[in-house]
This record gives sequence, structure tokens and C-alpha cells, in this order.
Amino acid sequence: MPRLTIADLQKIKDQHKAEFTLREGGYRAKVTVHMGTCGIAAGARGVMTALMDEISKANVTDVIVTTSGCAGLCAKEPLATVEIMNQPPVKYCDLNDEKIREIFKEHIMGGKPVEKYALVVGSETTY
Amino acid sequence: MEKFRANVMLCAGTGCVASGTGKVREALQAELVKRGLQDEIKIVLTGCNGYCAEGPVLSVFPDEIFYQKVTVEEVPKLVEEHFLKGRPYEKLMFREPEKKTAIPLMKDIPFFKHQVLRVLRNKGLIDPEKIEEYIVRDGYQAMAKALTQMTQQDIIKVVKDSGLRGRGGAGFPTGLKWEFASKVQSDIKYMLCNGDEGDPGAFMDRSVMEADPHSVIEGMIIGAKAIGAHHGFIYVRAEYPLAVKRLQLAINQATEMGLLGKNILDTGFDFHLEIYLGAGAFVCGEETALMRSLEGKRGMPRPRPPFPAHKGLWDKPSVLNNVETLAQIAPIILHGSEWYRSLGTEKSSGTKVFALTGAVNNVGLVEVPMGIPLRTIIYDIGGGIRKGRKYKAVQLGGPSGGCIPEHLLDTPVTYEDIVATGAIVGSGGMVVMDDNTCMVGTARFFLEFTADESCGKCTPCRVGTKILLDMLTDITEGKGKEEDIETLQDLGRDIIASSLCGLGQTAPNPVLTTIRYFKEEYESHIRDKWCKAGVCRKLTTFWIDEKMCKGCGACLRACPSKAIIGEKKKPHKIIQEVCVHCRTCYEACKFKSIDILPAGADENTAAAFAAGKGTKEKGDA
Repeated sequence: MPRLTIADLQKIKDQHKAEFTLREGGYRAKVTVHMGTCGIAAGARGVMTALMDEISKANVTDVIVTTSGCAGLCAKEPLATVEIMNQPPVKYCDLNDEKIREIFKEHIMGGKPVEKYALVVGSETTY
Repeated sequence: MEKFRANVMLCAGTGCVASGTGKVREALQAELVKRGLQDEIKIVLTGCNGYCAEGPVLSVFPDEIFYQKVTVEEVPKLVEEHFLKGRPYEKLMFREPEKKTAIPLMKDIPFFKHQVLRVLRNKGLIDPEKIEEYIVRDGYQAMAKALTQMTQQDIIKVVKDSGLRGRGGAGFPTGLKWEFASKVQSDIKYMLCNGDEGDPGAFMDRSVMEADPHSVIEGMIIGAKAIGAHHGFIYVRAEYPLAVKRLQLAINQATEMGLLGKNILDTGFDFHLEIYLGAGAFVCGEETALMRSLEGKRGMPRPRPPFPAHKGLWDKPSVLNNVETLAQIAPIILHGSEWYRSLGTEKSSGTKVFALTGAVNNVGLVEVPMGIPLRTIIYDIGGGIRKGRKYKAVQLGGPSGGCIPEHLLDTPVTYEDIVATGAIVGSGGMVVMDDNTCMVGTARFFLEFTADESCGKCTPCRVGTKILLDMLTDITEGKGKEEDIETLQDLGRDIIASSLCGLGQTAPNPVLTTIRYFKEEYESHIRDKWCKAGVCRKLTTFWIDEKMCKGCGACLRACPSKAIIGEKKKPHKIIQEVCVHCRTCYEACKFKSIDILPAGADENTAAAFAAGKGTKEKGDA
């Protein structure tokens, strides 16, 4: 390994930043792919893989992906919820590989929800 | 770079490794591969997470879910539930011992909630064997700042202003120590790290060296610049193999990257660092003894002055700092003295790490702002006393410290306030004792340790600790004399006043504080031949109160010497001639029907005690 200079320290920091967004919090956007039995059967895994691929290609560090169980609307799986900091969550339905890639570009990176695939904005009321 | 959606931070501290981290890791990796998740979920081995009692522990990020007591058998279910189906696996989630609800989020767990992490800033968050992960968490930035933008005086001023005091126990201001050494003219100086953690029940320094070795190295380089040293040693006990391994790995990585050795970061500053293994003598934690040991001689202290800042290792000016003190340095340089002082009190600033052990529910490693009341540490972070028992005392500072009773539980943890109680903050060992503890026995335990570890150089310590120990042993065996209490106190004070080093100067503390706060226990041992906690075997009689006994047979089954007789649902009886006073029956009884009476008790004593018990309970109500 080459000897470092002070500038190199910063470079190493930047290179490994993405992974630490996961551990430290402070992310800008969170995508939840609903992976109940229904979601998995409908192809949620493919959706997740495509999303991870996009994030990796775009080399963004402030977007995290998590999974959760069935969102309750099994008929419209695969579902995913996109939460951008300080904006209400948007649920997308009937997803596939291409749709999630488009959502990543338009909504997560561009900040504009993709209306044609969106199911609902906001979340259920809980008591 | 490959991208993972989640990181599994699996604790690989000594505690968790002992309870099975290695096998859990293999099982986890195998299961992830089986489910095709190996490219999505990354397993990271971390240093001690602090929650050692429930190991192996792991946390999942970004979800911030904390799992405990993870076994190989549970791994497939955990992977299926959490990573495949995306729902936390409740069975292994944290539960407050006294409650039954599962609390998933780390920030909601009281054990973690009350802590402020500075020294332990990277615990459980980085892989200690990868220097890059340390660098991402601002690692070596403080060193870069100190080497390029600060003079020796600048560094010393920041550390002095921060109010940081030596975390090894004595609490000497770190900046002042550095200033003394910096002012001495010498061609060779040494920057040393004390990793000879020796208090029974203390493991703060081991955890820091295991979980974040680079933080210690960075602190040492900054200190070396401040005093003008170019050589350093980390003195660490050989009984800490994992710490030694990770420190060596860290030194190798840092040297390879030009962060140690010649011309660090091209700044022209040289610092060469080596590890020296100690053989585990308690006295070698004392600075002059440590330096003799480093020189290859027998580890014995010498009188001060001259202080090590003038004549230390090989008679060259030397600074010795504790592991935890050094780990505090980098953040102070980066964020400034005001930031550091924002926590703690005027004279005891910042945070302190404690190893919380003994009769508390949450045993582990905790870092708290100084000035926090003992009660918060024991009841909120520690989760209270185990098995719903009553608090009796907490031993601070290990064998050099003292015990603190219930009525002083609101004492803030600062150097001054703790000293006023007769204990010391010490290196951070905090052993909590419940009402089943005999305080005379506790003092005896610590004296047995110090008498054994006394190096023998000075008479007060060598002979004095032995006499204290013999006297305490006599008292616990029923051979105590009325004047013993006073003799113990006199002798204790003499040993403190006349011993050569910190070992002898603090060794009597456990005796003096137990006499100060629990004198009646000494008296009942000496006068009544009665150890009310039922610990000293020769000073107890276990007796079944026939009125309370339900005849359930629990004691009868538990007794290892078959000393208990009785029919089902009828009061049982202990055959005193057979009883070995092991207190197993006392622990087994669910109806509090077994009384602890003085040695040689008979029916009359028992009847009187039972009657007294009745009135006392009424009186209490």
C-alpha cells in the first residue's frame, strides 16, 4: 500500500462513506421493498436487485434500502415505499425491474414522484 | 465498490468470542449464501459492543435492530425473518430483564440510551482490523491537524484547557503531564501507553484496544508531538491476546500507510511504536514499576521524585498515559477543549468508561458523562439489581478503591465526590453487590489480591497487607477480637501513609470503607459469631422456620449433603451435624422460610429469631 498524504485521508473517507451511511444514519432517502410472501412471489427480489444495481451504478451514498413485510395490498405486489427526507412517503405498486429503475432516476434522484406507478402518498393512520 | 443494503455488526470482543461469535459468524455466512443474500448483506466483526452479559450480540444497520444471545441454531430463522422477509426476529431481540416486552431499537434500550460515546465512539461500528473504517470515522484527522497546524504548545494548551484527567485512576491532569515532559531538554524522550489493566472485574482498556486500536495509536502520536518524543511503547498484558493481535495489526497497517514510522504523512515527524508484553503483575500498572519492567528488569516501583517526566524509561523523560486517556485525545484536538468540557463538571470534565459488573441486570461496558449520579448508572443503565434483590454496595476502583453504600447512591461520579466517600473513581471497575454479600468477606477478598500482588519492596505494604489479611481471615472464621476493628483502622492508615507506591497507598481502602459504612457487620462477626449474609461458613447456622415452611421439598432436593429431612407438605428440618453451610437451600427456598442464624444456634435461638422477625415485619409495615 502506498504511503498516504493528508489529501489521501480524505479520499479514503469519501470512498467508504456510503457504507457508513447505513451504520450512522443521516441518509436522505429510504426505500422499503415489501417482501412478504406475496411480494416475494410477485417478484420483489428482482425489484430489489434492480434497485441495488441502480444505486451502485449511480454511486450515491445517502440512499438506503430496507425490506419489510407485506404492505397489506397483496394484489398489487410488488410494492415499495419511497421516503425522501421531509416529504411524505410514496407507495408504488405492481413494480418490476424497469419501473423501479425509472422511479430511482425520477423520484429518488430527481425528487419528482412518478405518478403513473404511484399508489398512494402518505401512510395509514395509526392509533 | 460493491454495495450492501445492510451491515450486520457482529461483536467479536473477548466476551462474545467466548460465547460463540466464531460459530455464529460461520453459520450466518453459510445461511446468507444459501439464501442468495451474500452480496446484499455484509457481516462486519466489531470490537466489544459493551453488552457482554447477553453475548454473542449483533446489531443490524440501517434498521438499528439489536439482537442478543444469538446461537447457531437460531441463525437460519434470523436470516429468513429479518433479511428475507424484512421483519425483526422478535425472539432474539433485546428484552429488559425485569419486563417481558421486546424493545427493538437500539436508541430505545436504556442500557444504550443514557450513554455518551467519546472513547467508545467506534465501538460496534467499525471493523477494528480495517484501518479504512477508522479513517472514515474521522480517524487520523486529528493527528494530521496536530502535525501540520499546531505547535507543541498549541496541543498542550488544548489538552490542558479540556480538563482531561488521567483515566487510569489517579486523575492527574493530562495536559500538565505533557507540559512537564515537553519542557525537559533531552535528545531522547518516550511516549508510553499503559495497557496493564489489572483491577479484578475491569475491562475498559481491553475493550478499547480490541474495538478501536487506532484511537490509542493516534492519541500517542499526538502526545509524542506535544512532548517531542519519537519512540513509544504500548505496555499491554499478555493475558489480552486479542488486544495484542489487533494493536499489532493496527501498528502494521498504520506503518505501511505512512501514518507511523518515519516522516508521517510527509510532515517530517517521526514516531516509532512498539508493543511490549507484560506478564500480568498488578504492580506493573504503577508507572515507575512499568518502566522498570519495560527495561527488562523486575517490575518494582521506585520513589518519586524524580518524576518520569524528568527521569523515566532508561532515565529519559517519559510520559505514560492510560489507554482510555489516549483514546480521548483525537476528538479533543478535532473539536476543541470547549466541546470536551461541554460534558462533565468543572473539575471532572468529559466522559468516563466503566466496566459494570456484579449483581446488576445489564453487565457490560458503559461510557457516561462525569458527574452522573451512581444511581443512574446502576439502576437505569445497569437495569437494577439482579433477581429483584436489594442493593448493598458498589465497589469503585477495584482493590484500590472502596465500597459505597445505599445512602450515598446519589453521589455524582467525579474525582472529588468519589474520594470524599472513601472510594476512588479508579480505572473504572464498578462491581455491584446485593444483600447476599458479606462485607467483611469482600474486604478480605480484595486484601487477598493486594497482599498477593504486593511486590515486596517496601515493608509497610509487604508486611502490612499480610497482617490485614490475616486479621480479616480470623474475623470471618470466628476468631476475631473486640479490638480488631480499631487495629485494622490504625494499621490501614499507617500503610497508606508509609507505602512507596500506589499499590500500598490504596490497598487498605476496601477495609477502611467497609468498616466506615458496615461496622455493624464487623461487630456481629466478632461479638455474635454471626455472618448475617450467610456467606462465612463458620459463622452461620441455617435453620428452617417451621411456620413458614410449606414442605415443597425444593431445599431437600437442592441440598448436596443430604442434610435436609421432611415429608411432603410438612415442615422440613436441617440436620445441623450434616449441614456444610453452603447456603444452597437458602437460595432454593421460594418462601423465605430458611433463616440465617449465628454459629451454634439451637431451638431457642431460632424461636427468638423467628419471633423477632415477626415483630420487625409488623414494625416495617
